[in-house]
Amino acid sequence: MIHQLSWKVGGQQGEGIESTGEIFSIALNRLGYYLYGYRHFSSRIKGGHTNNKIRVSTTPVRSIADDLDILVAFDQESIDFNFHELRDGGIVIADAKFNPTIPEDRNVTLYAVPFTDIATNLGTSLMKNMVAVGASSAVLDIDISAYQEVVQEIFGRKGQQVVEKNMEAIRAGAQYMKEQLGDRMQTMKLAKADGKKRMFMIGNDAIALGALAGGARFMAAYPITPASEIMEYLIKKLPELGGAVIQTEDEIAACTMAIGANYAGVRAFTASAGPGLSLMVESIGLAGMTETPLVIVDTQRGGPSTGLPTKQEQSDLMAMIYGTHGEIPKIVMAPSTVQEAFYDTAEAFNLAEEYQCPVIVLSDLQLSLGKQTVEPLEYDKIEIRRGKLVTGELPPLEKKGNFKRYEVTEDGISPRVLPGTPNGIHHVTGVEHAETGTPSEAAANRKAQMDKRLRKLKNIQFNTPVHKNVKHDEADLLIVGFLSTRGAIEEAIERLEQDGVKVNHAHIRLLHPFPTEEVLPLVEAAKKVVVVEQNATGQLANILKMNVGHAEKIVNVLKYDGNPFLPNEVYTKCKELL
Amino acid sequence: MATFKDFRNDVKPNWCPGCGDFSVQAAIQRAAANLGLEPHQLAVISGIGCSGRISGYIHSYGFHGTHGRALPLAQGVKMANRNLTVIAAGGDGDGFAIGMGHTIHAIRRNIDITYIVMDNQIYGLTKGQTSPRSDVGFKTKSTPQGSVEPALSIMEIALSAGATFVAQSFSSDLKELTSLIEEGIKHKGFSLINVFSPCVTYNKVNTYDWFKENLVKVSDIEGYDPSDRAMAMQTVMKYKGLVTGLIYQNKEQKSYQELLHGYSETPLTEADLRLSKEKFEELVAEFM
Repeated sequence: MIHQLSWKVGGQQGEGIESTGEIFSIALNRLGYYLYGYRHFSSRIKGGHTNNKIRVSTTPVRSIADDLDILVAFDQESIDFNFHELRDGGIVIADAKFNPTIPEDRNVTLYAVPFTDIATNLGTSLMKNMVAVGASSAVLDIDISAYQEVVQEIFGRKGQQVVEKNMEAIRAGAQYMKEQLGDRMQTMKLAKADGKKRMFMIGNDAIALGALAGGARFMAAYPITPASEIMEYLIKKLPELGGAVIQTEDEIAACTMAIGANYAGVRAFTASAGPGLSLMVESIGLAGMTETPLVIVDTQRGGPSTGLPTKQEQSDLMAMIYGTHGEIPKIVMAPSTVQEAFYDTAEAFNLAEEYQCPVIVLSDLQLSLGKQTVEPLEYDKIEIRRGKLVTGELPPLEKKGNFKRYEVTEDGISPRVLPGTPNGIHHVTGVEHAETGTPSEAAANRKAQMDKRLRKLKNIQFNTPVHKNVKHDEADLLIVGFLSTRGAIEEAIERLEQDGVKVNHAHIRLLHPFPTEEVLPLVEAAKKVVVVEQNATGQLANILKMNVGHAEKIVNVLKYDGNPFLPNEVYTKCKELL
Repeated sequence: MATFKDFRNDVKPNWCPGCGDFSVQAAIQRAAANLGLEPHQLAVISGIGCSGRISGYIHSYGFHGTHGRALPLAQGVKMANRNLTVIAAGGDGDGFAIGMGHTIHAIRRNIDITYIVMDNQIYGLTKGQTSPRSDVGFKTKSTPQGSVEPALSIMEIALSAGATFVAQSFSSDLKELTSLIEEGIKHKGFSLINVFSPCVTYNKVNTYDWFKENLVKVSDIEGYDPSDRAMAMQTVMKYKGLVTGLIYQNKEQKSYQELLHGYSETPLTEADLRLSKEKFEELVAEFM
């Protein structure tokens, strides 16, 4: 009986590899297992190796596993590419059609199952994926009735016959394993899960849902990997909620349109990845200068330029903090789990209106596309706060005068009135301006307005700017990370602690303004600070050094080969650094 | 009811004396008053350049954005609050060079806004460089031997991009310009009004006199029918774009807002920001 399992399906892109993993994991999620899935894919539609690695557990998991228990292969390439991940005693279930072979020097069992032939006999070779799901289930000792519901949902619209055929394929796959192998079949019996219903979603789903819950009613965006799911979800949902989505001609238009919509008073946002964010940089400055609320989601992928469009990286950090000419107030947040991605995105719209500035919700490909089990999201935790938005009636303006939209105030935040409001007329411009919005180059005014803008974030209220796991007053190591590396770091820490290493963990959730007061004591209490991040230059470490000092004890563990950190990699590197 | 004077503010324009943009400003103010608008119901969204300053010279809501991006900004404003009258404005460099991509797509998207371009065939604020509307041979600081690139025929481009309202005017003809702006605002969809607005400082070729000599009113062309797209295209080509008046209008084509599935009759700015608990639970359940 096992409590945790790592399963992977591999084949050619466009062969239904994704849906194989999808059906397998949805069924297991509904049985109450916790799942964490990560897709390896390329920037093409048909062809090329793709795989979906799914971890199944009876307890919460937030990272892919170091190794692999079961590999389901639709071609030899899938075996060759992934074989090294299989643990001793692991299993390969491969389509007999391509006469699969595995290296003989490893304790791994190969079952060649005629996926294609069984499927063809049942009507169409397309169902070979279902046969593979059935074969996997036999090894795990999962009753195939677990798939009935999800198969119904996916194929129901194609008619009951298609549903039944697919179920038959699953059953045939399971039966083949039992009949042909009988007692010789090596099983990996999964312990029963708790049967509780939990959400199963990718980070982008959570971001999109968070935007809806946070009051976003307009989105302008341009398609890009790995952000498009956010737009696609909102296109389905926004119209019935009184909102709209526009697919624009480019990301400059997307960002600028979102600024226009926010200026007019609707909560509006855009979502993109590095190349899109590069195009938005000028408009981000416009939002900063005009103090227009703006939310932007950046789902980081491998850069620079087109880089690695379908791979994991965290290399936009500096660009997101500093990207725009001149100096503006800006908030950059970095949720570390799918739950946080939901709450943070909703909160981003509050912060944007309260501080009247751009808010960037940073994500990364692993967080945005990794599909995982999510504990319930709480409706009551969502607040709508609109800051200094003027809603009541305004006194008449002095003749030809303007409303003081940029009034210099103690906290730097000025009253904001929406176009269409009587007696609220004012000018908005990216040119330096006076309190009424009228352009002004006067030195004293320039200083007053610049100070006012930058003062806004001095006392930013942000719930849990750092996720902390601090068990030790004095630690051998403080591990610092951000975004999706949290799971791998947490597992590495468990192993380090088992080795007797005292480790504290700080996962930065508010990257800018940097929560120095929260992080500094942790840095001071550690002999060494290891910053784990997925880029080549140690951007987070540099941000840390800038804000908290102690450069002498800050070291980096970097990964920028396009793949997510595995727990064991973090563990091993930390051990080496001790 | 507001008069055109109510659309004036006390900001002194930084345009050169004699600049065509003064008349465009006056025409917008008159058109708004003629249509019965109150200043707070109008939003003028402008780009960067001499003409981009116009949003600051009209007593209405105004947003002076980034170079070439007046249109996405204005479309965002209109999408958010369909009750506002939205005018986008800028120069030929703003709209037909750096912002050309947005111009084409705003035309084909057909959101109900009015775009007024102050076309002076030159870059003024940067002190006299060639523009995409400059003619071949035009000598400027950036083309000392004369421009070798042909001028964009913006009327032809607009017609072929699917424009539903295309007009052209001359800043000296305040009456025609005011009337065209009124028609543009009333038009349900995107309206493009290109206005020859001479730069008296840097463009010594395309002067007021030059335009008076060369422009032809389509209303003076016998049998001209602005609902006939082919005739519009032929006429524009025949007169090398030097025509004024309502060049083309398609009253049948529905605007983006009318076509967009589920787009709310009430402004998005009035949408409930809070999801109901039932709706939230329904959305959550879809992921289970």
